Formats: sequence, C-alpha cells, structure tokens
Amino acid sequence: VDMGGDVSEAGERPQWDNKAQYMLTCVGFCVGLGNVWRFPYLCQSHGGGAFMIPFLILLVLEGIPLLHLEFAIGQRLRKGSIGVWRSINPYLVGVGIASMLVSFLVGMYYNTIIAWVMWYFFNSFQDPLPWSQCPINENRTGFVSECERSSPVDYFWYRKTLNTTPVIEDSGGLQWWIVLCLFCAWTLLWVCCLRGIETTGKAVYVTSTLPYLVLTIFLIRGLTLKGSVSGIKFLFTPDLLNPTTWLDAGAQVFYSFSLAFGGLISFSSYNSVHNNCEQDAVIISVINGLTSIYAAIVIYSIIGFRATERFDDCLSGNILTLLNTFDLPEGNITESNYEGFLQHLNSTAPQTLQELQLKTCDMQTFLSQGVEGTGLAFIVFTEAITKMPFSPLWSVLFFIMLFCLGLSTMFGSVEGVVVPLQDLNILPKHWPKEAYTGLVCFVSFGLAIIFAQGSGEYWLALFDGFAGSIPLLIIAFCEMMAVSYIYGIDRFNDDIKFMIGHKPNFFWQATWRLVSPLIVLLIFLFYFITTISKELTYIAWDPQSENFPALETKSYPDWIYAIIFILSGVPALVIPAVALFRLIRKSCSAREEKHTGGDSISHQTQIPDELDRTRSLH
Amino acid sequence: MLAGVLLLIFLPPLVAKDLCKDSQDGFKVRLSIKTALGDDAYEWNESEMFLFRSTLAYAMRKQTKQDTYNITNILVCNDTQRVSFVFVVTSPDDPDQLIPKEQIEQAVRQNKHRINNAFLLSDMTLEFVGIPPTLAAPIIYDTEPWLIVFGVVIGAVAVGIVALLMSTVSKKRRAKEKAAGLSEEDEGIVKENGTALSGLGGKEGVYNQTFSNDNRFTEL
Repeated sequence: VDMGGDVSEAGERPQWDNKAQYMLTCVGFCVGLGNVWRFPYLCQSHGGGAFMIPFLILLVLEGIPLLHLEFAIGQRLRKGSIGVWRSINPYLVGVGIASMLVSFLVGMYYNTIIAWVMWYFFNSFQDPLPWSQCPINENRTGFVSECERSSPVDYFWYRKTLNTTPVIEDSGGLQWWIVLCLFCAWTLLWVCCLRGIETTGKAVYVTSTLPYLVLTIFLIRGLTLKGSVSGIKFLFTPDLLNPTTWLDAGAQVFYSFSLAFGGLISFSSYNSVHNNCEQDAVIISVINGLTSIYAAIVIYSIIGFRATERFDDCLSGNILTLLNTFDLPEGNITESNYEGFLQHLNSTAPQTLQELQLKTCDMQTFLSQGVEGTGLAFIVFTEAITKMPFSPLWSVLFFIMLFCLGLSTMFGSVEGVVVPLQDLNILPKHWPKEAYTGLVCFVSFGLAIIFAQGSGEYWLALFDGFAGSIPLLIIAFCEMMAVSYIYGIDRFNDDIKFMIGHKPNFFWQATWRLVSPLIVLLIFLFYFITTISKELTYIAWDPQSENFPALETKSYPDWIYAIIFILSGVPALVIPAVALFRLIRKSCSAREEKHTGGDSISHQTQIPDELDRTRSLH
Repeated sequence: MLAGVLLLIFLPPLVAKDLCKDSQDGFKVRLSIKTALGDDAYEWNESEMFLFRSTLAYAMRKQTKQDTYNITNILVCNDTQRVSFVFVVTSPDDPDQLIPKEQIEQAVRQNKHRINNAFLLSDMTLEFVGIPPTLAAPIIYDTEPWLIVFGVVIGAVAVGIVALLMSTVSKKRRAKEKAAGLSEEDEGIVKENGTALSGLGGKEGVYNQTFSNDNRFTEL
C-alpha cells in the first residue's frame, strides 16, 4: 500500500543512491588509520607470516560472522543501534546506548588525530619542509638544544605540533594552532555528514578510493628507493610463534572491522530489505584484510628506505670520525672495509677506539624504531619523506591519504551517535538532521578541546587505550548473545532466509552461537586481566629526563583511575543499568495503572510478532 | 761566515714553521673534497694551497680593512693526507707577531661564504675546527604558509555549509508548497489493519516494508 511517504517525514528512512555508495561507506568505515599504522606494526613485531596466518584465520572465524550479524539485524529491523536492540528486547536498549557512548568517545579523539593530520597537511606546502631541519637558536651559532639532542622530526612533532608537557598533570594551556585545526576538522566533518548518508554517500566516492590510489603511488615510489626491499623482507621474516600472537591478531581483526559502534547496523538499515548482506559481509571483510596487507607492504618499503638511509648516515658519520682522528685520506675507509678497519683498530689501539665513542649502526634497530601509531605517521614516515626528492609532494599525498582514511571512519562514528540520538527521542522530533549532526559535532569539538592542551597527547592515548577497547568487546559479546539466544537463532535464520532467499549454513550457525562469542570473550578476559594486574603507565616526552630522547615511562596519578573508570566502565555498565532501570519502571507502572495503549513497552515488543503474522499473509 | 749566511737564509722559514707549529693562535682546517664533489673532485696540491692562503689573506684584508695583508702572512703546517692542516696569520707589520685567534675567527666567519665558494665546498666539507659556522638566517614568512592553506580549506568548508543549508531550506519550502497542493488528495488514504499497527505511528500510518515493491537487491 502506497502511503505517499515522500510527503511525511516520520516514516521515511533514507536510502542509498546505489550499492556502490553503501559498499564504499562500509569499506571506508572499516578501513581506517589502524590498517596503516597498527596492522603493519603487529605484522612485523610478531614476524610477518607468523602473524598473517592467525590474522586470516580469525578474520574468517570472528570478523566475517560478526559483520554479517550486524548487517543482517540492521537490514531486517531497519533501525539504528538503539532501535534495533529495542526491537529485539526493550531491556537491551542499554547495548545501543553503550554503542552510542563508545562511538561518541572514540569519535572525539579520532577526529583529533585527523586534526593533527591536517596540521601536517597545512605545513606540507613549503620547501624545505619544516620538519626537515632543526630551527636555529637565538645567536645563530647552532640549533635549538632540544632538537639537536633528538631529531628535527621529533622536535616538530613534540614541540611545534603538540608542545607537550613532561607529565599529564601539567596541562600546558591550549595550543591555539591545534584548536584551529580541530575546528577545521569538525566543521569539515559536519559538511560531509550534514544530511546523513545523503551527503556522506557522495563524499565516500573520494574518501574511500583516494587512499588506495595514494598507497599505489607510494608503492611504486617506495620500490624505486634504495633499501625498500629490505623493509619488506623484514616485514615477512617469521618470528617465534607465541600465544599473544593469536590474541593480538584477534584484537586487530575485531577493532579493524569497527564492530559494536552501531554505525554498521545503521548503514545496512538503509538498504533494501532483500539486499544480499551475506555476500556484502564476505566482500567487505576480504577487502579490509587485503587492504591491511597491501598497506603493510607499502609502509614497510618506505620504512626499509628510511632505515637504510639512517644506517648509511650512521656509517658515514663513523667513517668521518675515523678519518678525522687518524688523518687518513678520504676514501681509505669505505662501507666495505669498515668492519675490517675497526677490527684492525681494535687490536692495535683499543683505547683510542673507545674514546672515539662510535655509534652502533644496526639495521635491525633502525627497522624496528617507532613504527606504530602516531609515531609511525608523524615521526618515522615524515622523516622518510624528507629524504625523498620532491618532499612536499609526497608529504601532501601522504597526509591526504591519512585524512581520507580517518574521515571515512568518522562518518561511521557520527552515524553511530546521531541515529541513536534520534531514536532516543530526547531532543525535539521536528529538528532536522542538520541540527542533530551539527549538535553532535559542536559538542564533540567542545569536549575535544582537552586534546588541544599541552598534555593532549597523553589524554588521547588514555582515551585510545580505555574508551575504545574493553567496552567494544563487551558490546560485541552482548550483541552476539542477544541475537543468538534472546532474539533466537531460529528466528534470525528465518529473517535471513526472508531477506536473501536461503537459510544461513552451518558455518554461520556455529560461529554466531559458539566460536565468535568465545573468541571475543577470550580477548576480553585477556585484556581485562592484563589491565587490572599491572600498574598503568604512559610514555612521555621529557627533555629533562636522563634517557632523552627516548620516551620515558611514567605512572598515572591517582585521579586518572577515576577517568579510566568513566571511560571503560560507564559504557559497559550502562547495559545492565538500563535493563535494571526498565525492570524497575515496568514493575512500578504495572502496579500503578492498567495501561491501554500508546507507546508503552509492550506494544514495541509485539512488533516482530506482527511482522511474523503479516509475513505469513504474503 | 758561510754558516751565518746559511742560517740567515733558512731562519725565516724555520722560524715560520715554529710560529705555526707551536702557536695557540692557529686553526686546524679540514677539507672533505671527495665527499663534496664525488667524481668531480679536484686534487689537493700546492696550487690549491696557494689559493687557500690567498683567500685567507683576502678575508683578513676585508675584516681589518688593511690592504697590507699578503699571502706570505699566512703560514701553513701539519699537512696531512686527510687534507687537513694548521694555519696561522702573521701581522703584516711584524712577521714575528701573530694575529690573535679571535680576529682570525671573526674574519673567517664573516667571509666563510666566499671561502667556501672558492673551493666549491660547504660549511660541512670545509671545516675550521673551533669556528662554528654561521648558520643561514631562517626564512621568515610574512604569513605562515600553513595559515594560508588553513584559510583556503576553511573558506571552502564555509561555502559548502552555506550552500547545503540553503539547499535544504529551499527543498523544505518547495515540499511545503507541494504538500499544500496535495493536502486535498490525502483525505482518502486507506488505513492499515486497525488492530495490528494502530498503536504505532498515529495518523499517517506506517510504511510496511514487507509488502514493498523494492527490487530484490539494492541496485548498483
């Protein structure tokens, strides 16, 4: 029956213009900064092949089933995360609220990283790049001491960008340039998310495809540089297999798929009900996995180049010192006879050798330096770029890629906050989508100012470690339990049969009911136990410390534990809290009055049954 | 007699050598020609040394504004294969008196650029041990380049926001006009099964997807 739905706004749900938009949005949400700076590091630290195998196995056993689950419930129940869990069982609304909270907290700090990326992007339009050389001190006799002791890239990141304080308690005041970049990042996000998928659906044509183009350009550039192959070899050299490899692989699969944020449920709810979500889940999982591997190869080819440059510089420095000390003609000592010469020197004049204090030049050390997270992007990679010809061009390309990767993930994050907010009905219903997205962006920007302080990076690491880890695992576990056992796996199978035409086979049954929840539970227990058991520390940049320029490990002050509890505990505890609240409210209202209709809880629980009944009439 | 004459002939260079070797006012110089020029490297020989001495004399002339400095005032010793040596500067008025270190340092610092260029070298490859190079002045921009790019991006974003908001407003206005025109037709809408879904959406009813005419798969 046609209701003339284009006039009324209440019942109309946005729809994708075409399948490509949907796929690109989901791929963009899943493929993010983690694929570029977390996976390559894990791959290398656990030893290439030794990591890939657990990763691929867990991709199949954990990633694909969870993805299929979220797609299916979104597509069938056609609501955002709160609406979906309310439809399954009103006591589970807490799961949706927890998803919303986590999306909000993660979105807050994730966009700050994008703001940092933008700062570097803005600074890439000059030659020479500002992080290629140390600034000169006042009397023009040498370089600024902090920079001299560390390196130009370190100095630019820790001093010029973050202006870090030595400890987290020291706020350091707001860094105005970061506030500007934050403002830019949030307004740009708002422009793209302004009308929900109407606008993001157009934006993803660029933000989801550009990273692949840039990765390919960097691959070609990387392979033509000296030393790149040694980096790729290092990536795949197997290391000893240890049990944490499986846990790290499982965690990486889980976080890489942006599960439990609610964004994926939302996106698939805009699909036509007979869309083949099973196929989509498999395709997107495969794309995500392959992108990780591709990015790892590109990253490590560039890292190999940088390590080789560093090694050559180190060696040349040592050779120069030797030539100067012994007044030998240039060319007497080369890279090839360096070792031999050192040995000769060791036997004839060991004292002089010690006094010289030659630096140890070890390729392995250079290859394994600072290669994950912000350290990779803003220190290691930027240094590698300064050694390439036409550095500003490569810098611009690299930071555009990071920006697109981050922004497309933010779309999912905003979706995971805005749609549940609309479903919660706490704000006036007549507010347009623009107001919702604007409000979310504005509030997030306001709160994200804490990351613009001098100590901002420590706060961000805190958020990253606690808001985006444990709660997600709990939510995902609850999701699977809810669908398999509360909604009922049989009903779910029937829904899927209705949508795509055939019942999900044994693989899906086994993974949804047993395998995937078990994996998620194991990862959760592991993380929980390791977090509880050890003292929580953070790494700080402290020019006054003895080990400078190495980062120093410091322990958190006591009041941070309260913050950690809020970040991790509140989203997790919301799930039972809301269920309890509803229980109390229901028992109170049942005692007080006999209800007649309207929008009480019981009517909403009847919806799936009504759909069943109407389906049978089809 | 002969001994006396010989002594007189050989004394100045000997004295000169002593002036150079023992003095505190000398500077060690190191050249790394092969590092700087690679295959185009020239060989270090007497003529190059002559050029060096003359450039230093030039530097002293410029700094003291005395045209009396000559190549004989620059004494060199401790020549090594590294291509490093020590030099001292004697005063043009008195060959036994050395110019103090500070003055030579100033002269060299002020004219380092010219000395470097004479040898096609740089501050790294032509070292005066003890004289720190005067680093090039940092480039000072009127407006930082990053602010310019920031301004461009923010401007584009602002334009985007305004354009999209205006298009939303005009869309709403058009929809309202259309609704006003269609409102008479809406009266005869069939209501859904009164029992099942009446509790839900109220007067407008609910679009029942089960009976939708949607295509089987979301179209590409």
